[in-house]
Amino acid sequence: MTIQELKPIIESLVFVSEDPITIKQIASILEGESVNDIEEACGELMEEFNARGGGLEMRVLASGYRVTTRPEFSEYVRRYLKSQPSARLSIAALETLAVIAYRQPITIPEILEIRGVTSTSAIKTLLDRRLIVAKGHKEVVGHPMLYGTSKEFLIQFGLSDLTELPNLEDFEDLMNA
Amino acid sequence: MEEKETKDRAGNLERGDGAPDSATSAPSSRSGEMTVLASPRPGAATGLAREVGLDAPAPDSADQYKIKLEIFEGPLDLLLYLISKEEVSIYDIPIARITEQYLDYLRAMQELDIGVAGEFLVMAATLIHIKSQTLLPRDPNAPPDEDDPRNELVYQLLEHQKFKAAADVLYQRRTIEAGAFTRGATESDKDNPEVAATIFQLFEVFREVLNRQLAITEIEIAREEMTMAEKLKEIKRLVATSHQVRVRDMFEQARSRREIVLIFLAVLELVKELVIRLRQSEIFGEIVLVRREEATEDPSPVEAD
Repeated sequence: MTIQELKPIIESLVFVSEDPITIKQIASILEGESVNDIEEACGELMEEFNARGGGLEMRVLASGYRVTTRPEFSEYVRRYLKSQPSARLSIAALETLAVIAYRQPITIPEILEIRGVTSTSAIKTLLDRRLIVAKGHKEVVGHPMLYGTSKEFLIQFGLSDLTELPNLEDFEDLMNA
Repeated sequence: MEEKETKDRAGNLERGDGAPDSATSAPSSRSGEMTVLASPRPGAATGLAREVGLDAPAPDSADQYKIKLEIFEGPLDLLLYLISKEEVSIYDIPIARITEQYLDYLRAMQELDIGVAGEFLVMAATLIHIKSQTLLPRDPNAPPDEDDPRNELVYQLLEHQKFKAAADVLYQRRTIEAGAFTRGATESDKDNPEVAATIFQLFEVFREVLNRQLAITEIEIAREEMTMAEKLKEIKRLVATSHQVRVRDMFEQARSRREIVLIFLAVLELVKELVIRLRQSEIFGEIVLVRREEATEDPSPVEAD
């Protein structure tokens, strides 16, 4: 298939998929098509889709493609869905999440070292919200659990992957400026 | 004025529209107030509370303090606040002054009947330790910067500050992201599995349900009164004769829910009494009950006493 032929097929797949759909998933459906072509088609599709400047936006989240409404219009969408903004995370939970996001995989004692305060209840909240997941045990005395961020984290925070997190060292420059 | 600042500080993350870290930019109008802090006196509690940025409070509104003082997530937060309030450099903390103020805060918190978390006390000890080190004469041969006892604390504070800023950015990202909606779920096999079964399969399932019902009734009838002492004896006997007993087998042979609970408690009790050991050779593996003196012969990777 040509890139032109691939694009509308991919668009329909992105539309129906509930989670961000990855190149790999698309390739498994479009058997026989080269991954390079699919990647190229996805790139073009996204560009054209977003060039329209409509109420929808195609984005890369958690390494997959997804169509969402534009945040600018959230007020109207919420009015229609009669939905409230999702529950807030406490400052403690957010700070803990930041530490985990930048230092993963990390154990609870190591988080304590950075935050200077125990984070057990924050950890529980984050686990409940599926923003973090256990990532095995650390090979030290006591085999403490290691934690890292989840795919849900990437989706909720609008990231394609962890490398998209703003550079931590930039914050230092910002504070010293 | 004072109250507004506190709200700014506390509300910074919540609103997500603030500067990356308001703690680093204390308004200069506050510096005049520190005399209240530096000289604790009988009415200090009120004065200190005001320092934290409260309204001049009615003396009986202790609950108000509790809520508002929680803006300090931990000792590092409190320290950062004190440093910004004093308008001193984080790289050159006047340790004596900051320590004194820090301790004043702890005292105020205690006076206001706020449970001071252990971490705050640990930090107090660290500060006092650093202070005592700075009082000692320095080794004249040591390189000028390296043995500064404050270094580790400064590093910790900087790290903490970075992560606070990062948390702020994360919050903003999430707020924006929450405004992006996806379309509702489509109907698929996942949420609407079609029934593909023959009448015989249905009959089979029905029979299983009936059997299960039967089993439940059986349990209710076979309700026997077994005591913990009996169970303890039984397990001891079991271990004495067969050396190794799989915990799963014991549970499977139990005839009632009560017995399962008894077995569980008895096993814990025997472990505590050092009669038996529990041994598990791999994670999620079979848990085996072993008599204590035999357990020492063959140590396994995962053991719990």
